[in-house]
Amino acid sequence: MLTIRNLHKAYGHTVVLNGIDLDVHRGTTTIIIGPSGSGKSTLLNCMNLLEVPSEGSLQLGAYTFQFGPQQLLDAKTVRAFRQKTGMVFQGHHLFPHMSVLENVMEGLVIVRKQNKADARKKAEHLLEKVGLRRFVDKYPDQLSGGQQQRVGIARALALDPDILLYDEPTSALDPELVGEVLNVMKELAGEGMTQVVVTHEMHFAREVADQVIFLDQGRILERGTPAHVFAQSRSERVRQFLSRISHAWREDNAERRANAHSVI
Amino acid sequence: MTNERLQHMLDAAQQSIGPILHGTLLYTIPISLISFAIGLVLAVLVALANLSDYSLFNKPARFFVWIIRGTPILVQMFIVFYGLPNIGVVVEPFPTAILIFSLNEAAYNSEILRAAILSIPKGQWRAGESIGMSYAQVLRRIILPQAARVSVPPLGNAFIGLFKSTSLVTLITIADLFGAAKLVAASTFEPMTVYVIAALFYLFFCSLLSLGQTQLEKKFGKHAM
Ligand SMILES: Nc1ncnc2c1ncn2[C@@H]1O[C@H](COP(=O)(O)OP(=O)(O)O)[C@@H](O)[C@H]1O
Ligand SMILES: [Mg+2]
Repeated sequence: MLTIRNLHKAYGHTVVLNGIDLDVHRGTTTIIIGPSGSGKSTLLNCMNLLEVPSEGSLQLGAYTFQFGPQQLLDAKTVRAFRQKTGMVFQGHHLFPHMSVLENVMEGLVIVRKQNKADARKKAEHLLEKVGLRRFVDKYPDQLSGGQQQRVGIARALALDPDILLYDEPTSALDPELVGEVLNVMKELAGEGMTQVVVTHEMHFAREVADQVIFLDQGRILERGTPAHVFAQSRSERVRQFLSRISHAWREDNAERRANAHSVI
Repeated sequence: MTNERLQHMLDAAQQSIGPILHGTLLYTIPISLISFAIGLVLAVLVALANLSDYSLFNKPARFFVWIIRGTPILVQMFIVFYGLPNIGVVVEPFPTAILIFSLNEAAYNSEILRAAILSIPKGQWRAGESIGMSYAQVLRRIILPQAARVSVPPLGNAFIGLFKSTSLVTLITIADLFGAAKLVAASTFEPMTVYVIAALFYLFFCSLLSLGQTQLEKKFGKHAM
């Protein structure tokens, strides 16, 4: 459904993405992992055209884009395309001056020009789905991090995207709030939503991913099923990285538990 | 102090209240309000032009701010009121005051708004764009409402500053709060009494504005992140 070929992205002389080929099939969940600075966010932003790639091509449904120095994108087409690719950010980026309901309605009312009553109905339905029906009149700063992130998912779902892109949706959250966000994502995967997720939540990846991509210095170093990438990678770099993050994860949790005890 | 002297001061005080109030209501308040309103609209445009990537917009905006900030209000006012007639352009005192104060508010407040817009996290732009909003939609719906909240305290200060600065219009023959006081001081030979009363008038109105500013800040301070 989403086809990326030979995608490059450079800022001046800094090459951030260096020839990415990627296929994402309808109804599947793709997990992107890789060290910090490897280009994961940039790749995701390119899929939503928040960043315009320097070279290569991208195709999603009826949209096909060719990128290059001479290629100017039509602003209107880009905006229409962005509605097809929902984006969930690490720092949620909810609109702080709008209620939860207004956050979800915004795209429907302003971009889709839907009437308020219909938009409201739809937004309420989506908030129900992420378990926040009771919070419609709250403001983002009155919610926990996990709830904020779920509103972010509802906002991204509002425009009926073909694909949802998540950039480290749980890495800014306290550990006890991670589960509620991952559960929503699992449910969406179960309903056949197509998702691309940058995350280092290995349990989640094992359980939900159809495909895992390991990104390093702007290239895909490894790809395959979770079992393949996590257990059988032939790349030393991939194995090192995986053992490092699983250690970090354990230590982090042990430390948190120790701290929790010392507070009590 | 003799009784007679005290009586004279009281008379002067009594005589000054009417004209000063008149000057306040007819000139000081209208000039402040109108200039601030016009200045604010212009300030938004100048701030956006200044932030634009196109030199067609940002160059003139920067030039305008440079000129206005680099020259005293009084000199600008004299150029328009006493200078322009030299080349055949006569502008009445009141329009001169509105023109000069509007331009000054535009220049200074555009800098306040520019800083406020820049203070809104980049992620807000991205979030708006990610759901397909255009630049203008993100600006109008997401960025400016938040920038407005951030700007309330400095804009409140700017308005109080403007209210006091309008006393300069006395020098282009307008009988505003201060201008009226000046006339009464001259006719009663009691400058001390009359100017202290004028000062109390300014103090009173500025205190009201401060109170209003606090209320606005409370109202807009909610749900800021
Ligand atoms: N706007 C930019 N200008 C210059 N370099 C950038 C920009 N955005 C990202 N980069 C660089 O691109 C590289 C990849 O960044 P990013 O995609 O955020 O990595 P990741 O999400 O994997 O940590 C980093 O080295 C970063 O410094
Ligand atoms: Mg990143």
